[in-house]
Amino acid sequence: MRFQLTEDQRALRDGVRQLLARRFDADALRVAVASPGPDRALWRELGAAGLFALRLPEAEGGVGLGLPEAVLAFEETGRALLPGPLIATHLAAGTVPGADTGEAVVTAVDGSLVEWLTQADVVRGDASGAVPLRSVDPLTPLHRVGPDTPGAAVAAPDPVAVLLTAAEQLGTATRVCELAVGHARTREQFGQPIGAFQAVKHLCADMLVRAETARAAVYAAAVTADPADVAAARLLADEAAVRGARDCLQVHGGMGFTWEAEVHLHLKRAWVRAQRGGGVTESEESLAVDLVG
Amino acid sequence: MDLSYTPEEEDFRARLREWLAKALPTLPARPSPDDWPARRAYDAGWQRMLYDAGYAGLHWPVDAGGRGATPTQHLIFLEETEKAGAPYVGANFVGLLHAGPTIAAEGTPQQRARWLPPVLRGDEVWCQGFSEPDAGSDLASLRTRAWRDGDAYVVSGSKIWTSHAEVADWCELLVRTDPSAPKHRGITWLAMPMDAPGITVRPLRTLAGSAEFAEVFLDEVRVPVANRVGAENDGWRVTMVTLSFERGTAFVGEVVACRRVLGELARQARRNGRWDDPVLRRRLGRLNAEFRALWRLTQWNVSEAEAGGGVPGVGGSVFKLRYSHARQELYDTAAEVLGADSLDLDRTWVLDRLSSLSYTIAAGTSQIQRNIVAERILGLPKGR
Ligand SMILES: Cc1cc2nc3c(=O)[nH]c(=O)nc-3n(C[C@H](O)[C@H](O)[C@H](O)COP(=O)(O)OP(=O)(O)OC[C@H]3O[C@@H](n4cnc5c(N)ncnc54)[C@H](O)[C@@H]3O)c2cc1C
Repeated sequence: MRFQLTEDQRALRDGVRQLLARRFDADALRVAVASPGPDRALWRELGAAGLFALRLPEAEGGVGLGLPEAVLAFEETGRALLPGPLIATHLAAGTVPGADTGEAVVTAVDGSLVEWLTQADVVRGDASGAVPLRSVDPLTPLHRVGPDTPGAAVAAPDPVAVLLTAAEQLGTATRVCELAVGHARTREQFGQPIGAFQAVKHLCADMLVRAETARAAVYAAAVTADPADVAAARLLADEAAVRGARDCLQVHGGMGFTWEAEVHLHLKRAWVRAQRGGGVTESEESLAVDLVG
Repeated sequence: MDLSYTPEEEDFRARLREWLAKALPTLPARPSPDDWPARRAYDAGWQRMLYDAGYAGLHWPVDAGGRGATPTQHLIFLEETEKAGAPYVGANFVGLLHAGPTIAAEGTPQQRARWLPPVLRGDEVWCQGFSEPDAGSDLASLRTRAWRDGDAYVVSGSKIWTSHAEVADWCELLVRTDPSAPKHRGITWLAMPMDAPGITVRPLRTLAGSAEFAEVFLDEVRVPVANRVGAENDGWRVTMVTLSFERGTAFVGEVVACRRVLGELARQARRNGRWDDPVLRRRLGRLNAEFRALWRLTQWNVSEAEAGGGVPGVGGSVFKLRYSHARQELYDTAAEVLGADSLDLDRTWVLDRLSSLSYTIAAGTSQIQRNIVAERILGLPKGR
């Protein structure tokens, strides 16, 4: 048993992080907020780097890696707030022509929502009659499909999609903790860094505890691919991302409430992701049944 | 990321299971929780069985009489013994998990030879005399005094919350030997025989009704200088070795037990109809996620210990914060399943619910753990 990342996994994670730091920095993020992409050139670059073909067998032109590597890569895209239907395109690699290379942008109907419908080249699932909504997240255009009846039967969520979403949430949870700690160390009030106040300190500690507990669950689910482990990972990662982003906002004070600061973008994206894959209720119910099964 | 066990580890597991299946039916009936001498005898008997089978002090170094097992083997041991329904360490807790490892790490060869074998055999029980009425979270402010008189220290003061004091043979005691030094620098670690003249033990009842811990009054108790582990005034550092053991693998068996209780809870809810409440179901589902994650976090901590080869570090604080809260949530949920029965002390889970309340206090409160996480892991500044 060796829970830690291997050398190769570490290199892969660092590689994705460096690529995103170079190609999707703070300025690019601001541009994207003003005019959401997806940036086709970046999309092809991600394709060339192997993000979409990561799990496709080498015989089919893919990278031939597994779920743990995909989880590490999507943790980085989540951390960087990279916009676009990344997971849907990744899942379409090998099925939809051009998805693996990043030539085609693929989205998918998920319950009653579709992300990036008008921008995508291919839509998987039935998006007929879709109507746009004014998305709370400036970086995720959304359409609604079908009647929004809570509890209506939806197709069982793909566990891989759920897990990769959890990986993105984990990236957010880690990033917002870093942002909060960075601000708490430098912002001074009452003659000392606000991070010296215990109320602020404990918010940050709880953010880390949630993120690290979620990390153990997400990485383990990537190894086992067990549906109950995946459901557990998503619950912990959603909580770590949403509550972490909320606490990060609190630590930033008035600045956190501005459009200018990046904090709100993390929170809003975390909200969008928490709706995927049947939402939290679905996962909780399945884990309850797992106890008596 | 590799969660698989090696063939050697699987073999270790298989042999352990085989032994447990044979050994556990030979255990006597469990004593009543209030009968301390019987509890001590029972715990000692179990420890002796482990010793005879070669499982005592599994994770202790070989030169300390242990088996030098890897952290992963220790994890497997704790997992399998709990799954098989074996007894918990009980009265041997301090000896096996705090005092013993401290002596193994810091003691002289003579000290190791004197104190470690009886702990491994279950012959001698230790207690931990650290906390005082005015020194809890701020342990380093402790005031119990010790001064040299020939070849002995003379100790006066009082300790509190000392678990198992009533049945202990030895106490790992922290005393102040230099009152003029900064508070962390004037502390010394002593092994005090509990039958020495001048010791008065007054049991304290916990909110669960039983006397699990005690006040210990010390009136000019003579402790041989030879019983000092580590240098004079170096006791704080020696203590930190002990406390980091406490925050490492101490909860492995408990996480396994919590997962079993959770399954029982869900089945009970099915039987009594509360399962039909979606709010309760969702709460159970969330707890399932929680304890799955805590098990993975345990495996991760063990992997880190295995890679580092050393003492479990501050990562244990992350685990303890999350686990102590989850355990309380588990038994609060049990109360919801039980309904009116949750007020009946004779029902299962009701006493467990009461004892779960200590988890956010003992071994460093949750507030102290958050300070540790914020300052030592996240690097936030100390407050004024
Ligand atoms: C079941 C049980 C068994 C125990 N067994 C033993 C034993 O065998 N041997 C032994 O030596 N001790 C033992 N203890 C004692 C235990 O270690 C102490 O209770 C614990 O360290 C807290 O100290 P205290 O009780 O004095 O509380 P205090 O330190 O007075 O704390 C009271 C409250 O103030 C908060 N607080 C204190 N300082 C800070 C701070 N800096 N920042 C924020 N909040 C703060 C605490 O979090 C807590 O909520 C046991 C305790 C329990 C409950």
